[in-house]
Amino acid sequence: MKQLLILGAGTAGTMSANRLSRMLDLDQWKITLVDQNPIHYYQPGFLFIPFGVYGRKDVVKPKHDFVPRGVELIMATIAGIDGDSNTVTLGDGRKLRYDFLIIATGADIHPEQTPGLKEDAWGKSIHTFYSLDGALTLFDALRDWDGGRLVLNVVENPIKCPVAPLEFLMLADWYFHERGIRDRVELIYATPLPGAFTKPKASQMLAGLLESKNIKVEPEFMIERADPDAKKIVSYDEREIPYDLLVSVPLNTGAPVIGASGLGDELNFIPVNKHTFLSNKYANVFALGDGAAVPTSKAGSVAHYAVEGFCPNFVRYTKGRELLPVFDGHANCFIESGFGKGLLIDFNYDTEPLPGRYPLPGIGPFTLLEESEANRWGKLIFRWMYWNILLKGEELPLPFRMSLAGKWQN
Amino acid sequence: MATRQIAGKTVTVNDEGFMTIPAEWTKEIAVEIAKEEGLPELTPTHWKIIEFSRQDAGAAGKSPTLRRITVGANVTTKDLFALFPKGPAKKVARIAGLGKPEGCV
Repeated sequence: MKQLLILGAGTAGTMSANRLSRMLDLDQWKITLVDQNPIHYYQPGFLFIPFGVYGRKDVVKPKHDFVPRGVELIMATIAGIDGDSNTVTLGDGRKLRYDFLIIATGADIHPEQTPGLKEDAWGKSIHTFYSLDGALTLFDALRDWDGGRLVLNVVENPIKCPVAPLEFLMLADWYFHERGIRDRVELIYATPLPGAFTKPKASQMLAGLLESKNIKVEPEFMIERADPDAKKIVSYDEREIPYDLLVSVPLNTGAPVIGASGLGDELNFIPVNKHTFLSNKYANVFALGDGAAVPTSKAGSVAHYAVEGFCPNFVRYTKGRELLPVFDGHANCFIESGFGKGLLIDFNYDTEPLPGRYPLPGIGPFTLLEESEANRWGKLIFRWMYWNILLKGEELPLPFRMSLAGKWQN
Repeated sequence: MATRQIAGKTVTVNDEGFMTIPAEWTKEIAVEIAKEEGLPELTPTHWKIIEFSRQDAGAAGKSPTLRRITVGANVTTKDLFALFPKGPAKKVARIAGLGKPEGCV
C-alpha cells in the first residue's frame, strides 16, 4: 500500500482528504489525516461573533463529521517531520511513514511575540477576534462598552484573511450606530501597509469607503509594543496611538513544528512552487492552505481553489507524470461593509481586484468592488456552503481559475 | 518602462522609481539613491543589509520583507528603523536596486 499522509484537518487538509479519497484507488492507497484538535472551526465566522451576529454554535463542528470513509483520522500533535527519511513523528512517539506528504497545518496567532499585548490587559482592554475565545470575550467587552477610542492594529503581514480588519471596523461602525453611541466612538485602523489595502484599485475604493464611514487610517504603523498602563501602542519609528479599547490582529505564523523540522521560512510558512504547491526541498512533499508561503491571500476561498486544481494534478504526479502549473493565485473575498451590505473582490497573482459583475458577466448577481445587499447575502449563505459542500470536497459550479469575463479593466 | 540617469548610468525604473533590472545596479547608484532617500552616508551596517537583500532577492526572485531582513542580516527591527527610517523594507529595496517588496494580499 502507498501511504498518503495529510497533516492538518482544517479547510485545506479536509478538502484534500475528501477529494483524494474519491480520486485515488483505496485498494492501493492508505490516506491518513492527522490533527491535534477534534473541533473544526469556521474561521470566517469569528468576525461576526463580537457583534452578536454569530455565536459559538455557528462556527464549530466535530472534525469527524467531515472525514470520508476510508480515511483514517489520528488525533495527535506532531513532534517532527523528517523529509529525508519520509517519516512524521507524533507527539506520543508514534512514527508514520509516507510516500507522499501534504502539510496543511495552517497559520495561528502569536500575541506573545509583541511586548505588552498578552499580559494583564489581555481580554480586558486588549482583544482579538482571531480566535474563538477572543471573539467571544470581545462580544462581552463591546456590549458593555460606552464609547471611546477603538484602535484596530495589525501587527505584521501576512495575516489570515487580509480584509477581515477592514470588515471588523465597518461592522463596528454599524454596531455602534445601532447602539446609538456611534458619535461617542472613534474608529482607527493602524496598519503596517501604506494604505487600506495593497492592491491599488481596491485600496483606493476601500479607502473611500472607510472615509465615508468616518474610520481613520494610520498607515505604515509597525507596532513595537503595547503599553497597557498608558493605554497606547508605540511603533518602531516612535509614533504613539492612544486607545481605550485595542483590537489586535497579532503576528500570524505557521506551525512551530514546521520551523523546527527545517521546512519553514522566517515565519514558519513553507516555501513551495506557487502554481503546484510542491515543496522547494522535497519532491514528495506539498503544502496547501494558510501554511504555504505563496503570494496570495491566506483564506478559505484560496484553499478551495487551490485544492480543486491541486488534486487532479497530484494524482497525475503519482503516476509518474510531471506537475502542471495549474494554480493562478485565485482569491475571492466577500467583504462585509455593515448596514446589511457587502463588497466582493476577485483576483489572482497577476490581476488585481477589478470592478464588474460575478460570476455571470454583466449579470452577477454579485457586484465586484461595489457595495450591494446581494453580496452580503452571498457571504451569509457561504457558511452553509462551507459546511455542506466545500469541506466535503463537493463541486461548486464555478471555475477554480480566475476569469476576466465580467470585469472592467479601465 | 521609464529610464533615468543616475551616477552616470542609464537605468530602467518603474513608475514608483524602483529599479526593475537588478543587474543595472552599482554601489555608486546605491549611494545616490540613498541620498535621495535622506541618507547622506551609508555605514558598513547599511551595506551589510543592502548586500544581504541583494543576495536574498537573487535567490528568491523578490525583495526580502522586513522580517526576512532582520533574521537574515541579523539586525533588530529597532535598529533597522534607525538605519533606514520610515518604511525600511521599501527603502532598502529601493537603495539595493530591487523591486518594491510584495505587499500582502
